[in-house]
Amino acid sequence: MMSIQAELQNAPPEKLVCNQVSKTFKTQRGSVLALDRVSLSVQEGEFVCLVGPSGCGKSTLLNIIAGLEQPDSGRVESSGQPVTDAGRDRMMMFQESALFPWLDVMGNVLFGLRLKPGLNNKERRDVAEFYIRLVGLEKFKRSNIHELSCGMTQRVALARALAPNPRVLLMDEPFAALDALTREQLYGDLQRIWQERRKTIVFVTHNVREAACLGDRVVLFSPHPGRVQEQFLVKLPRPRDINTVALAEYATEITRALKRHLKPETGEVAE
Amino acid sequence: MKRLLSAFIFFAVIVVTWEWLVRKGVWSPVLVPSPLDVLKYLAGAIRDGSMIDASFVTLKRLLLGYFTGLLLGLPLGLLNARFKFCQDTIGLLALGIQTLPSVCFAPLALLWFGLTETAMFSIVVMGSLWSVLLATDAGVRSVPPIYMRAARTMGSRGFHTWFAVILPAALPFIVSGMKQGWAFAWRSLMAAEIYITVLSGSGLGLLLHYGRELSALDQVFGIMLVIIAIGLLTDRLFFAPFERFLHRRWGLGNR
Repeated sequence: MMSIQAELQNAPPEKLVCNQVSKTFKTQRGSVLALDRVSLSVQEGEFVCLVGPSGCGKSTLLNIIAGLEQPDSGRVESSGQPVTDAGRDRMMMFQESALFPWLDVMGNVLFGLRLKPGLNNKERRDVAEFYIRLVGLEKFKRSNIHELSCGMTQRVALARALAPNPRVLLMDEPFAALDALTREQLYGDLQRIWQERRKTIVFVTHNVREAACLGDRVVLFSPHPGRVQEQFLVKLPRPRDINTVALAEYATEITRALKRHLKPETGEVAE
Repeated sequence: MKRLLSAFIFFAVIVVTWEWLVRKGVWSPVLVPSPLDVLKYLAGAIRDGSMIDASFVTLKRLLLGYFTGLLLGLPLGLLNARFKFCQDTIGLLALGIQTLPSVCFAPLALLWFGLTETAMFSIVVMGSLWSVLLATDAGVRSVPPIYMRAARTMGSRGFHTWFAVILPAALPFIVSGMKQGWAFAWRSLMAAEIYITVLSGSGLGLLLHYGRELSALDQVFGIMLVIIAIGLLTDRLFFAPFERFLHRRWGLGNR
């Protein structure tokens, strides 16, 4: 494993750039500095995992990149354009599926496509069917959301996020609520889809093994205030299996670094 | 089919027992008419047109008032949920008035509008408007913010978010508000029709009232049955499709 600085000397063009981003939240106990001058860049086609204990600002950063929240200071650019609002080029996937219960699977995947100009209805349906097939749910395209298992709902959410064909996929702990077996299946699916569709993915998690399994690069955050502490490149062949020894070694090293950066009183260490 | 059969047997037993008790003289025919007499009254009233006319008058009042309440209540509920100012003004008013049974508007409506259709109309509107308003308000407030965020990343803004996300997400609340509004409107209209004689048309409530004045128990029972039938029919024809939709999509209810 090597330092990221050396690796970035000769880097390909940057897809996402966060420059000195700060964000403060006001709570009843006073204001909390969720992000303290965080800078991060993500290359086209890269899979980056943001890891850290809860409260370290990783989800806030993701929301800011998505354009759902505005930073207090600092700048975020996507493909060289400043991010001011949510946009179809950066789709977000949430921890809870956020699927719409009044629509069936097909309707949910179509939602974003209906808002995308330049397609007729037939084309929209074809595109939606393509993505439903991609996540392996072609038999369930007419199912209602409440009839699906948790894993299936997250697959639909993935298809819905992919459907408008964004270049960037932002994922906020999307598999945290799933059981281990389903999660492993989805690790495989996500890696396959990422390679097939050549997306840029920013993936937030508090699970170090998950990060090491999915990411080209793992960015370590520490809380109070939220800062980037260290970055790790994971150089393992894909598709990766979360149960291999090599991967466990990466995870151990990242976890060790994570513990080093946590002040003892802040508690809560990621697994 | 089995459920239909058990329902049929249940009601058949009730009617037969009723007829038997009346014939045996256990119940005085003055106080309890036999089912056959009720049926005869109903057949006669339908044949001479009085039943049809009365039902028509009542339903017209109900539907006119109810849909006005709905048309006012829905947008007001949305405004309430959206603007703090509306919530502090109309919202508070709605909360207050909703606790007042809408038949309590009858004296006021009489003094303001006299013995007119307008009086009836205003009572029915008062019955439905506030329930629908408050339910819409509560429904919109209960929509998980994550739906709005997800919609926003997919390019939904402003009116599209309201009509394609917030309204459908609030539908379970809105439908139950509509049902409650319907129940209030129906009850207050019946009370008002019994209580107020409007010359421009005699509804079912008035027929019921005449039944009492004439001590015509077959009429009283007959009209009551018709009122029940209208309530049941509305539930099946108007609300059941909504509830089936909610059940299918959300997995709510147990139909």
